[in-house]
Amino acid sequence: MQIYVCVKHVPDSAANIHILDGIRIDEKVAFLLNPYDEHAVTEAAALKKKVQDSEIIAVCLGKPDAQKTIRSAMAMGADRGILVETDEACDSMTTARALHAAIVQDGSADIIFTGKESIDSEGMQTQFRIGALFSFPVVTNAASLDISSETAVVTCELSGGRTRSFELALPCVVGAGRGLNTPGYPTFPDVVKARKKPIKTVSMDSLSITPAAGFAKTVSLTPLVQKRHPKKITGTPADQAKEIIRILRQEAKVLA
Amino acid sequence: MKKTGILIEMEKKRVKDTTLGMITLAARADTDLYALVLDGVDDPACEILAQYGITTVVDLGLSSAPEIRLNPAARADAVTQAAQKLQLDVIFGLSSADGKDIIPRVAALLDVPLVMDCLDVDLEKNIARTSQYSGKVLADIQLTGDVVIFGIRPNAVQPVPSPAQAKKIKMASDSAALPGSALLSWDDGDGAQAGLAEADIIIAGGRGLKNSDNFSLIFDCAKKMHAAVGASRVAVDEGWVPYAFQVGQTGEKVSPQVYIACGISGSIQHFAGMKTARMIIAVNKDENAAIMANCDYHVQGDLFEILPELIRQL
Repeated sequence: MQIYVCVKHVPDSAANIHILDGIRIDEKVAFLLNPYDEHAVTEAAALKKKVQDSEIIAVCLGKPDAQKTIRSAMAMGADRGILVETDEACDSMTTARALHAAIVQDGSADIIFTGKESIDSEGMQTQFRIGALFSFPVVTNAASLDISSETAVVTCELSGGRTRSFELALPCVVGAGRGLNTPGYPTFPDVVKARKKPIKTVSMDSLSITPAAGFAKTVSLTPLVQKRHPKKITGTPADQAKEIIRILRQEAKVLA
Repeated sequence: MKKTGILIEMEKKRVKDTTLGMITLAARADTDLYALVLDGVDDPACEILAQYGITTVVDLGLSSAPEIRLNPAARADAVTQAAQKLQLDVIFGLSSADGKDIIPRVAALLDVPLVMDCLDVDLEKNIARTSQYSGKVLADIQLTGDVVIFGIRPNAVQPVPSPAQAKKIKMASDSAALPGSALLSWDDGDGAQAGLAEADIIIAGGRGLKNSDNFSLIFDCAKKMHAAVGASRVAVDEGWVPYAFQVGQTGEKVSPQVYIACGISGSIQHFAGMKTARMIIAVNKDENAAIMANCDYHVQGDLFEILPELIRQL
């Protein structure tokens, strides 16, 4: 199987984000493989173990520095990588077009994994756009995956403990959720091996992408700081409970 | 006049309050408001929609067979066809659990721009406000295109009536076979958790609960105050409650009226999921926990004493 995994290079969720010129973030923070994409790579590696003669290709759109994220994906099992290089901040329509074009140029996908969303722009849509460009079926927030010769049976989680199980024809696009697997830390030998795996760099221009008619453009970024002023609720546990109920009734007005 | 289509979410044949809030947001602009209804709509529901400003209720007449009706690909296909037939300029849907699996499909099928999880939308300029970078940044994103789509965070806007006269039309979609995607089975759980993203009150437990059994305190308390139950990442990673309960960066993002955090220290990643709550009440043993400095009320104490008292007094 040709297994493609779309990965994104994102700031660490614990990083302090500083905004420059009200429009972009200061990129001098730690970047890493998008956490949901770790689940995507882990699932791809598990699939490769089951299906002989499989190859995993990590595909990423980003700046040259995004190579590090491809290396992380390699340490977790990807065999080679493709970096579509751009300095632009791309919207999801352009991103999906670039990833689609890079995959088409590289080979023939039997399955494409993505994370269910990225933790930086939190757009939640690239997997669907890739699916639409290929005319492949798409599922998101996958929690289990079972591949047979021509179909994939996937269970997806909605919130509230609700699930839906689908049978998808291959090739398909699977947006990985947290329930899918538990990514392991790569071992030191895996990290060393990853350094020797090939990464192909492709320029955005060479893909000759036809732009979409519409687009999304970030017009401003502001820090989201909420200064709350905590008031202390004191007394015995019974007093404290009584006061909480009073607040819920009289201030928040959420209890009758 | 411009046409805005609003994807209506119902629960037990009633229009959800979060949907009404979304209509209120759409009604701020001077546009014709179309309600797109997938699951059938009776007269009382039509009247409610009209009260909030809908001028046309569009019954998309989706098959009642669950394997079609519950398949997000089929739902998105019906919405996409309606958007084309009605020549909608703007589409609104909730960034709810179901919405997250439908709205991006519609955007992908129409190949038009979309912002999910909007906290606000300026419909004159088509600028959406959403949070990014684990809730640390507010981004204003402008959409340009023949059609633009906004996924609205539940509870972002409180519903306000704005009465209109609504007519009802039927619009069956060509239920083309869904290539390559068949719904095999579905499990709606016990329904108790369905509304986490939409609940008015959420009571959430974290490390302080110590084990799975103790979580019953949270559930009992939630039942008494008709709240939804949430959990921190530790609680789901430890297997005390399923992933579906997780609030935070890698869980559900919620904006309830009140968020009660019990035994949750309040990491950046947890705040990413609940910082837009209108009121945060923290119950924690540790006075120095991060959440105690970033809430509206904090109760320093033993949750194993306070929660039973709450349950008793409610």
